[in-house]
Amino acid sequence: MLKDITIGQYYPGKSPIHHMDPRMKIVITFAYIVMLFVAKNAWGFGVGIAFLIAAYLISGVPGKMALKSLKPIIPIVVFTTVLNMFFIDGNPLWQWGFLKITDKGISMAIMMAIRIVCLIAGTSLLTYTTSPIVLTDGLERLMSPLKRIKVPVHELAMMMTIALRFIPTLIEETDKIMNAQKARGADLESGKLLQRVKALIPVLIPLFVSAFRRADELALAMECRCYRGGEGRTRMKQLKMHGRDVVSALVTTVCIAGVIVLNIFIRPIF
Amino acid sequence: MEVFAKLENIIKVQDVSYAYTAEGNAANVLEHVSLAVPRGQFVAVLGHNGSGKSTLAKLCNAILTPSEGVVYVDGVDTRDEEMIYEIRQNVGMVFQNPDNQIVATIVEEDVAFALENLGVEPKEMRKRVDDALKEVGMYDYREHAPHQLSGGQKQRVAIAGIIAMRPACIVLDEPTAMLDPKGRREVLKTIRGLNRDYGITVVLITHYMDEAAKADRVVVVDNGRVILDDTPKNVFSHVEKLKGVGLDVPQSTELIYELRKAGYPVDSHIIDEEACVNEILRLLEE
Repeated sequence: MLKDITIGQYYPGKSPIHHMDPRMKIVITFAYIVMLFVAKNAWGFGVGIAFLIAAYLISGVPGKMALKSLKPIIPIVVFTTVLNMFFIDGNPLWQWGFLKITDKGISMAIMMAIRIVCLIAGTSLLTYTTSPIVLTDGLERLMSPLKRIKVPVHELAMMMTIALRFIPTLIEETDKIMNAQKARGADLESGKLLQRVKALIPVLIPLFVSAFRRADELALAMECRCYRGGEGRTRMKQLKMHGRDVVSALVTTVCIAGVIVLNIFIRPIF
Repeated sequence: MEVFAKLENIIKVQDVSYAYTAEGNAANVLEHVSLAVPRGQFVAVLGHNGSGKSTLAKLCNAILTPSEGVVYVDGVDTRDEEMIYEIRQNVGMVFQNPDNQIVATIVEEDVAFALENLGVEPKEMRKRVDDALKEVGMYDYREHAPHQLSGGQKQRVAIAGIIAMRPACIVLDEPTAMLDPKGRREVLKTIRGLNRDYGITVVLITHYMDEAAKADRVVVVDNGRVILDDTPKNVFSHVEKLKGVGLDVPQSTELIYELRKAGYPVDSHIIDEEACVNEILRLLEE
């Protein structure tokens, strides 16, 4: 039962976006966030939305997945919308006691909502089209200049890799321990929340003990394979920028430039 | 020391004692053990739990260093810290639980792990990884995630991760203890193939008698001492001595032993089923 969970939210596919260099994808995602915050009028947001829709279409990730990523942030969107609607000064359109809705408030609210939705859907596309391990790899290489200022980039990436590697193993083990405890008469499924949490203790303790033992053995095995940290390490798989990476970088740059130009020539909403 | 001459013995354990110091009281796990493993040999080390056989294995690639005596790997003293990576590259080690020695989330990347640590060029690395995967028969699974593989397959991946370093010798510490019979057969076949076809020296630590019976040489360890060190045939003819230290003998050897005890004139140096069958047939014909 526990075996079926997926790690991260990778949506396997063979689209050009899936095959892009993870470093470029991360950079473009950041650029996209910047683009959303630079946009100051409806046209700017139009570019942002169009960019997002185009990216989803190329990636082959169904729109349903985009909506799924938005589900957890609905409360935040509603909250900021309401807040913006009622508390921004401007020409009041409607007033009731201290509550008033202004024209500026409405446009600000819509803008913020679009911004948050695009932000989440956009960053989700990165995790939908990049497996966690490739993402880790991309991050390690992007951040490698930080090694000069003593940021343990390699160590962090290694920890992430090992964590990802051991998730299925530990899940399998949890399953086994749960069955073993059930066979001894443990009741893991009924009772109130507190009782159920308490019932998990006999599952968690053996799991932790075994995880530490595994860590010990893994460290030994790594030493046997000459592991000595990131220094002097090479990688088998070299990341390479391809045509598609250059093209997408260009498209993104043009879009950001476009949004800036639109800001200058068209009157901002507020 | 001549650097270029390949020494005949890849591992040389010279009068080694080892003690784990736990809370002040030191108990010797190994006591004055001497052992030399010639290049290309397939050595099985037998012993029950706590006999010191795993400690012996860890001494062979500088995971542990002896409390007394010296261990030489290809002529290099394992206490020499500057040579530690050369030693570990020369003597690879495979452990019991395949799950706990696979580091990466993709088979081929795990096999590349040691080479990445050693700073091998990516092109050369690709070739060595592919070769290693082919040698253990896991090339078709190179892009799988480790958790999708069976125990035997995982253990073969772990072996590939070691032989990608091109070691002269591999030490396997009960590599089949956690596997089902099918996985055990796969792994043993792989190990024997490496020894026969690629001339890799193998030190197989085990408590399965039938695995030991197929080696060139069997070393029996008990209570931190080497008590027998000979060909499998000769070692298994000491049925009583083996039983005395809590070890079994292969079933065919036991049958022959019982026959001899009952007074039948059979050859005591028999360790495999076929020879056993032939011997009994000969006996019946007489």
